[in-house]
Amino acid sequence: MSDRQSSGPTRSAATPPTRSPRRGSGRRGSGRTLALAAIGVVVAGIAAAFAWTAGWLDGDRLTAAGLIDAMEEADSSQPGFRQTHAKGVCLAGSFVGSSAAPALSSARIFAGDVIPAMGRFSIGGADPYGADSTARVRSLALQLGGPSEPQWRMAMNNFPFFAVSSVEGFQQQLQAKRPDPTTGKPDAAAVAAFEASHPEVLDFQQWAKTAPWTDSWANTQYNSVNAFRFTNADRETQVVRWSMRPQAPVVEMDAAQRNAASANYLATELQTRLDDGPLHWDMVVTLAEQGDPVTDPSQQWPSERKQVVVGTLTVTQIAPQSTGACRDVNFDPLILPPGVAGSDDPILAARSAVYAKSFNRRERDIALGHADAATGEEPSP
Amino acid sequence: MSNAGHFNGLARLLHWLMALMILTMLFAGVGMVTSLSARPWLIDLHRPLGIAILLLAVLRLFNRLRNPPPALPDSVPRWQAAAAVASHWVLYGLMLSLPLIGWAMLSAGGYPVSMTASFVLPPIAPHDPTVYAVLRTAHGWLGYLLFATVLMHLAAALLHAWVLRDGVFQAMARGADAPVDDFHR
Repeated sequence: MSDRQSSGPTRSAATPPTRSPRRGSGRRGSGRTLALAAIGVVVAGIAAAFAWTAGWLDGDRLTAAGLIDAMEEADSSQPGFRQTHAKGVCLAGSFVGSSAAPALSSARIFAGDVIPAMGRFSIGGADPYGADSTARVRSLALQLGGPSEPQWRMAMNNFPFFAVSSVEGFQQQLQAKRPDPTTGKPDAAAVAAFEASHPEVLDFQQWAKTAPWTDSWANTQYNSVNAFRFTNADRETQVVRWSMRPQAPVVEMDAAQRNAASANYLATELQTRLDDGPLHWDMVVTLAEQGDPVTDPSQQWPSERKQVVVGTLTVTQIAPQSTGACRDVNFDPLILPPGVAGSDDPILAARSAVYAKSFNRRERDIALGHADAATGEEPSP
Repeated sequence: MSNAGHFNGLARLLHWLMALMILTMLFAGVGMVTSLSARPWLIDLHRPLGIAILLLAVLRLFNRLRNPPPALPDSVPRWQAAAAVASHWVLYGLMLSLPLIGWAMLSAGGYPVSMTASFVLPPIAPHDPTVYAVLRTAHGWLGYLLFATVLMHLAAALLHAWVLRDGVFQAMARGADAPVDDFHR
């Protein structure tokens, strides 16, 4: 096709049509210089805009990398493990929506079918070998839905509200918690200054001091903490927070029992329960009303808010995280199905960004062969 | 049928449309790994826009194979013509490979490949940390390579348009039927 002669009316058959004759049409002199300068400005401008967008020109910007580096300084992690909530076990089970659920959300997960669930129980902190029974923070992550369909991923914690009210506050808290190189402990003055400027953290400390310690992952309640938006089939939207409320009765563990328990107490104890049968949680949704704080996860909603049970989670088995299905998964709380969306809570967006970066780092550690401990067989409890 | 010094209509449409799409992708890509608050909507845009570019790039390649581009003028030195050929191999290679790498990367990371909240593409790579890490690293570096190549491409295009004024820019800016000056007759 390409060697066919042109049949255009202005060309003679003897002239090869493919090259235009050389002409002296280029710009000369000062016009040329101006044109070259203009090109330089355009290209440099686009490059500068790109660099600014990438954050390369603005060292102060809050970024996922910056937050993870701050977390690393406050509490150092190990290769291949999560930056925090490093110690945990994978779980498998299922979820079934209740008849009250579709009125709130059109998510397929609520339709009443049995939905496969995969997830992870964990404790807070960066130490993958930390003592289970003295960990104040316990967490439950879930993935509802499989590989080729929309999924709902949840990352819930046993604390009912977040310690700080903003992402900036979170970074400042990490900086205050940085251990002093000489003492190995955080600088007391820095911590006091942080608490003075972020009084909401005292509420969290009060929760940490006074809330009951239950004797199992199975009878722990796990909360979404951040607010989300449910949309039903009639396109009505409702701001919610939710909790996985255990059906297993709450039994407390006192300090003596906690100190006496083994390091892997929670996993061992959970396996014992599962040997006797599956464990259940009710998914309880709290409905926000006008004026309730949606973008500040450190603020609870009034206790009289309406609650609806939208389904039941069943856990049937657990497995070591080093070889389990939950290891190479990022439980990003913004991976949501139709019918569920994130709220404008900036901490929710920050969690998503930070989890993604942490996932990249630990998967790279594993790929580079630096993470034998994270991928090897775990010692039995 | 010879092209009389211009790209055909489909090539021109795809060029300008995809230039806009690709620049958007590059800025969204670099923005979403930096910004905390903008990440959710940037990443929701980045995934489907990437697949749209893949589909259009396939169409564009077919069109280019069926309708070869106009030759460069004699005034362009051989080494520059060679650089132009090389850079277009790179541009097509990246337009086709970057979206596929992104799709495979999400697959290898166990992420749902969401185009919209309800439409999800199937995984095209095994769920594996090494595969994920390699693809994630490649996606980032090739993205930067694409940005650099686009900048050089733009600089060269403006050089032809504003300094050399040799018809090369016009070949993509307008069709053969458009009124031309005496220079091109």
